[in-house]
Amino acid sequence: MTGRGPAHGPELTATTTAGEAPQSVGVAGSVASTGAPFNEGSPSFWAKLSKSSPLAALILQRLALSVALLFAVSLMIFGGVEALPGDFATTYLGQSATPQAIENIRKDLGLDQPATTRYFKWLGGAVQGDFGNSWASKNSVSEQIGKRLGNSLFLAFFAAIISVPLAVGLGMLAVQYRNRLPDKIINVISLAAISLPEFFVGYLLILFFAVQMGVATFPATVYESMTIGQRLSAIALPTATLVLVVLAHMMRMTRAAILNVMSSAYVETAELKGLGSLRVIAKHAAPNALAPVINVIALNLAYLVVGVVVVEVVFVYPGMGQYMVDAVTVRDMPVVQACGLIFAAFYIFLNMFADILAIIANPRLRHPR
Amino acid sequence: MTDYTKYLTSQVTLGQMNRREFMGRAAAFGITLAVAGTMFDTAAKAQEPKRGGALKLGLEGAAATDSKDPAKALSQFMFVVGRNWGDMLVESEPLTGKPVPALAESWEPSADASTWTFAIRKGVKFHDGKELTVDDVIKTLQRHTDEKSESGALGVMKSIKEIKADGDKLVLVLTEGNADLPLLLTDYHLVIQPNGGLDDPNAMIGTGPYKVTSFEAGVRATFERNADDWRQDRGFVDSIEMIAMNDATARIAALSSGQVHYINRVDPKTVDLLKRAPTVDILSTSGRGHYVFIMHCNTAPFDNNDLRLALKYAMDRETMLEKVLGGYGKIGNDFPINETYALFPEGIEQRAYDPDKAAFHYKKSGHSGSVLLRTSDVAFPGAVDAAVLYQESAKKAGIEIEVKREPGDGYWSNVWNVQPFSTSYWGGRPTQDQMYSTAYLSKADWNDTRFLREDFDKMVLEARSELDEAKRKEMYRTMAMMVRDEGGLILPMFNDFVNACGKNVKGYVHDIGNDMSNGYVATRVWLDA
Repeated sequence: MTGRGPAHGPELTATTTAGEAPQSVGVAGSVASTGAPFNEGSPSFWAKLSKSSPLAALILQRLALSVALLFAVSLMIFGGVEALPGDFATTYLGQSATPQAIENIRKDLGLDQPATTRYFKWLGGAVQGDFGNSWASKNSVSEQIGKRLGNSLFLAFFAAIISVPLAVGLGMLAVQYRNRLPDKIINVISLAAISLPEFFVGYLLILFFAVQMGVATFPATVYESMTIGQRLSAIALPTATLVLVVLAHMMRMTRAAILNVMSSAYVETAELKGLGSLRVIAKHAAPNALAPVINVIALNLAYLVVGVVVVEVVFVYPGMGQYMVDAVTVRDMPVVQACGLIFAAFYIFLNMFADILAIIANPRLRHPR
Repeated sequence: MTDYTKYLTSQVTLGQMNRREFMGRAAAFGITLAVAGTMFDTAAKAQEPKRGGALKLGLEGAAATDSKDPAKALSQFMFVVGRNWGDMLVESEPLTGKPVPALAESWEPSADASTWTFAIRKGVKFHDGKELTVDDVIKTLQRHTDEKSESGALGVMKSIKEIKADGDKLVLVLTEGNADLPLLLTDYHLVIQPNGGLDDPNAMIGTGPYKVTSFEAGVRATFERNADDWRQDRGFVDSIEMIAMNDATARIAALSSGQVHYINRVDPKTVDLLKRAPTVDILSTSGRGHYVFIMHCNTAPFDNNDLRLALKYAMDRETMLEKVLGGYGKIGNDFPINETYALFPEGIEQRAYDPDKAAFHYKKSGHSGSVLLRTSDVAFPGAVDAAVLYQESAKKAGIEIEVKREPGDGYWSNVWNVQPFSTSYWGGRPTQDQMYSTAYLSKADWNDTRFLREDFDKMVLEARSELDEAKRKEMYRTMAMMVRDEGGLILPMFNDFVNACGKNVKGYVHDIGNDMSNGYVATRVWLDA
């Protein structure tokens, strides 16, 4: 079954792809339905745009929606923090507060004003790009977030460039050797990694590589005066932990999606004309399995940026998650709001990106009837 | 080694006791001369500090919200940061808790202890090269006493009526006499800053043994040695790196892998495991912090002293200490003072677990039904376990306690000092007077046991301005007995500060003042390469 007669492969696939793509139908349906209200509401321009270039229409629509969503998120965060017991002055000073000091802080920050006034004041600033100063440290929120976000993205980037190709590659391998030993090994190991809580995986790695063998850098604290080499060495363990945690989800989705396509007639054709099985998977089956895989990858990327606070704490890594948790503990509203908005923006952006890629990957979505 | 010999040897190590005095005192304590000689030599050998090296600390308690202004320092991390770069007017002696000179060279009270004159040390330079003047001191103290101040020392400072200069001396006029004033000035918020920090409270410029080289809130702080330091008996390492490590396991991993030299807040539950690591020393220091169960003396059913006594006798302190603190603490006697305070009233009988007495007083109180105790793990580590242990020990005396677990978020504002029976934690205060004034005066904001006794209030004020130590000690004894036998405080244990360091860290001073060698850990230790 080694590769023979590859010359005809691509053409054959191009024609059959359009016909058979069971996995992508779901995505096509959802995209079409979210677009529908806009089609009916403004018939002339919008209809034309969504007909002529559905991609541009989709992006425009998503951008408008995301602004509305971000607004809703800010309202919810504000409401949530307000609903927590205790305000900034009491929680910041904790048990060591004097009534006088609490009063001073409240007046200073305008906490004596009603909640609605405070919210619109904040909103007014945020719309103009001014997130204000942290209540606790009095430093500019944007400046502090800049550093922390940079750290988070740095870690997420390296975790992603390792885990995504690895997951997709392993997924393909698992399909290639499906229900045989390599498939089972890949499955068991990745499932074991995802079943263990991430802090536990982290502790295990610290125990073996930092404490017992002494080869890895710990703690993973990064700071400005570090060289890029030192930084990379510092994030080795947290990156490994994150890779182990997100690997299984993406790998199994890849495996399932490709297996689904593998049962189609055109794959059988490809096999019958003598293509190697790995080639059939990579060139013929994988493109049609892309949409769900892209969605899972997008979700995991978002997780790598916004959901890793536990890993940050375990490895003493100064990322966004830790920053936001610190701020929530003392009800430092400007910081919580800014962090929340950035996290929400990441989720929205990555999901939008996944949808767009799914459309690009599936010609039928590009040219709807 | 007993506490006393430990004290003697540490005096030697500190260079505060010579061979003759050491031998004399040790002999008086019943130690043979030969043994005492060896002890002195070992202690004296440890005395020669080595200079140089880079010290790394992994500390709990930092947050991205930490402010660089010492007035707003709250966390354990910022406590140490402030001690590194700054000095107070007065320091407390690590082993006796007595006030010793720092930036104030000497002081003199008036006869009624209401006016104090401090001589300010000359020739001390701030890190920016400016020389320390009495004006800087005045501005600093004013900044912390200002009505609009957000300083954590506001409570300590509010008894100061007037701050003025007399030539190059500082004069403080108090609203009433206070014999403990110098000790109040050891508060870690009261770092003397150039022009009182009015120009830039966040500059982190002081007179301390280390200069700040970088600071990132909630992440890391680095320091280099101040070559112009006015003191030679501190600041041994060349540089300090403090890393924020809020995860207990991460701290332990960092210490046992040799990445840091010192960590704080070792969990009593894991300390025995850490002890097995060959490169690690556990540092356990008696502290003033205590875990408490508090009843409101003016709220039914706790307004009945027999019920309060029943609940006090129903507490199994030994088991509590063993189970909740892993033995790292001392049992308490239902008043908030222990032997680390100056003028501690000795010889008060230890209250023990006594189900019979508890049952007797419970019957006498006429109470029936269960007693509701509110708790949460934020009250102190292991508070929920402690409440359940208490429930068990009380059951044997026929007292039924219902334990209600409250959410940790908002516990300090909604449960503590609000509900009539709850668990809580108190950190120590520099003096007995401060402790009683903060939480046991009728009018105190934090009178969390609602202890309303006019005779007690009067005695607190009398003791405060009493300069005769013997008389004062007697008053503190009476006050302790009042709180112990009639108050709403059940104090099962004082917790030790449990920290740990690598074996190459030398010269650690067990300071009774506060955790982490009273915050001075980085300025007092040296590295033995």
